[in-house]
Amino acid sequence: MNDAPVVRIGAGSASPLHTVREIWHYRDLFRALGTRDLRLRYRQTLLGIAWVVLQPLAAAGIFAFVFGTIARVPTDGQPYILFALAALTGWNFFSSVLTRASTSLIQNPQLVTRVYFPRLILPLAVVPAALVDLLVTVAAFAVIALAQGHGFDARLVGLPVAILLLGALALGAGFAAAALAVRYRDVQYLLPVAIQLALYASPVAYSSSAVPDRWQALYYANPLAAPLELMRWSLLGTPAPAVRELLYSVGAAALLVLIGTAIFRGIERSFADEI
Amino acid sequence: MRSDALAIQAEGLGKSYRIGRGPRATTLAERLVDVVRHPFGRAAGDGFWALRDASFEIERGQAVGIIGRNGAGKSTLLKLLSRITTPTTGWAELRGRVGSLIEVGTGFHPELTGRENVFLNGAILGMRRHEVARRFDEIVDFAGIERFIDTPVKRYSSGMYMRLAFAVAAHLDAEILVVDEVLAVGDQEFQKKCLGKMGEVAGAGRTVLFVSHALHAVSTLTTRTLVLEGGRIAFDGTTSDGLAFYRALQAEGSGSAHAYRAPAGRTGVHLVDGRVVTSISDGLHRHGDPFALDFTLDVPVPVSQLCFSVHIHDESDRAVNHFWIYGDGPSFRNAIGRFAVRIEVPRYRLVMGRYTVTVWVTDRATHTIYEHLTNLCPFEVTMEGLSRPDYEWSPEHMVYAEDYTYGVTRA
Repeated sequence: MNDAPVVRIGAGSASPLHTVREIWHYRDLFRALGTRDLRLRYRQTLLGIAWVVLQPLAAAGIFAFVFGTIARVPTDGQPYILFALAALTGWNFFSSVLTRASTSLIQNPQLVTRVYFPRLILPLAVVPAALVDLLVTVAAFAVIALAQGHGFDARLVGLPVAILLLGALALGAGFAAAALAVRYRDVQYLLPVAIQLALYASPVAYSSSAVPDRWQALYYANPLAAPLELMRWSLLGTPAPAVRELLYSVGAAALLVLIGTAIFRGIERSFADEI
Repeated sequence: MRSDALAIQAEGLGKSYRIGRGPRATTLAERLVDVVRHPFGRAAGDGFWALRDASFEIERGQAVGIIGRNGAGKSTLLKLLSRITTPTTGWAELRGRVGSLIEVGTGFHPELTGRENVFLNGAILGMRRHEVARRFDEIVDFAGIERFIDTPVKRYSSGMYMRLAFAVAAHLDAEILVVDEVLAVGDQEFQKKCLGKMGEVAGAGRTVLFVSHALHAVSTLTTRTLVLEGGRIAFDGTTSDGLAFYRALQAEGSGSAHAYRAPAGRTGVHLVDGRVVTSISDGLHRHGDPFALDFTLDVPVPVSQLCFSVHIHDESDRAVNHFWIYGDGPSFRNAIGRFAVRIEVPRYRLVMGRYTVTVWVTDRATHTIYEHLTNLCPFEVTMEGLSRPDYEWSPEHMVYAEDYTYGVTRA
């Protein structure tokens, strides 16, 4: 009887350590929500898995036409469609985690107002489904690349690093967006515009080497640039980003996660009253 | 020693919601305007206290009922104890795992099968996966839907859905169980089963906090009762004394309360007001006369399957009539605004006695309950003047007197 957990309810905030422990305790909820999203995605739609592949393929096709055929953007010597698709896999992962995390609270008001659980679980639980989507698109990329006679090598070790970085950046921004969306509904409208802007400010449709030298430093201030180039390097063998730029990105991701979590925890206590 | 015997200890718990200068900003633009207008922040104290200064101690293994009129603070207390919202003042300590059943079926997804929803709902209620797996057969058996367990729940009838939802909740292993109105689901037989289950839980030495409008359930399940009134604990003692206190409170209010008006600060989809139109005088109706119910409904967000349902309850809290406004017809569906709802009964032939109105405002698509108000608009039906000289009318004989003719012939 003495080992019964004591729950204290008060006007103050719980310690960060306590929150981490609680999220761990609720890991089965994370798993259940993750599986729910996966099942729904791959069950509801007729084409199911095909959509996951078709979306980036269509985007890559459009990019190939606009940037590859009309604008003739330099691609570090690779076929444009592979060049764009390699970075799009990573980009789609980033944008889908961020978008879905940002609506994870406002789309589940019945959970927020009726049951207690660590709320950070909701934005976190969008990751498994996005990760499976990413793996499916990478597999599709591999099939296309192999068909075109392109091989893979040890550079693939860069892939998990890039994914980890993109995931952390998306979650950091996603925590903040999810919490702010509860209070200010216009976050829903601002975010897609911001994501669209970020797409063109990142090396997806073009290579960062196409950016003039004097703008390089400013260009790499975008923490997405390094992991996306890393992604392309490991899948396609294009020039790697500098270690300095990667380290900057790691630092930025860590900072963003800290800030995002802080904003989330700051608003968290009033979610049920405001949602 | 002392703290070991306590399951819940609350000290000065209070919760205030902001009202006053309109709803708080929900867009950045509004927020900016707000900042410009009130640069030094909002003045303190323009809140509405849903609960104030609640202090109590509950021993391990005790079953405690929480009753009170609409808006007395019952839901707020439950939401605080189940950590859905946080207190403005005071604190509470709960010893042991807390399971809260504010509403059954939370997080059920229509596209998922019964089996998948059991695991998902279990996890949402805080159960570990292996616990759900261990009790899975018991849960399905309790719900009685073995044949449909691998069917998506969108194909379930409303009753099956609710039974499965309650079954998961009923198998939650928690030392402290906080329960709100879950007995109001399913048919009579299933309700009885649920009551039995609740009694079992309370008997097994677990602490149960039970909020209900169903006074008979409170009296069978609990030994101690807190009565809330106006956001404060007005009574704390044995259940039988508590029920008497509550009945007195209701009677005191009912003199002028033939009409209902929503408490100040009420937002969301809600009932603004309601009244009964009786034939003799305010709150007094003659058997067989035309009868009507008038309601105003505020719908600030469109709800696709909004359902408005009205029950007439008799003195023993039995529903004798059910008026259901649902289907594609009503204009309050998928629309925003205020709607006047009038229900007319050309000849209302209730047997003499006292009656009250219960209102449900729900979304059939998501199983969301927006309003569940009970004991509204008390009224009395008299059969005075209806001649039946030889046999006196007696309220115990029936709830409804229908017109009839008879013929007797020698066979």
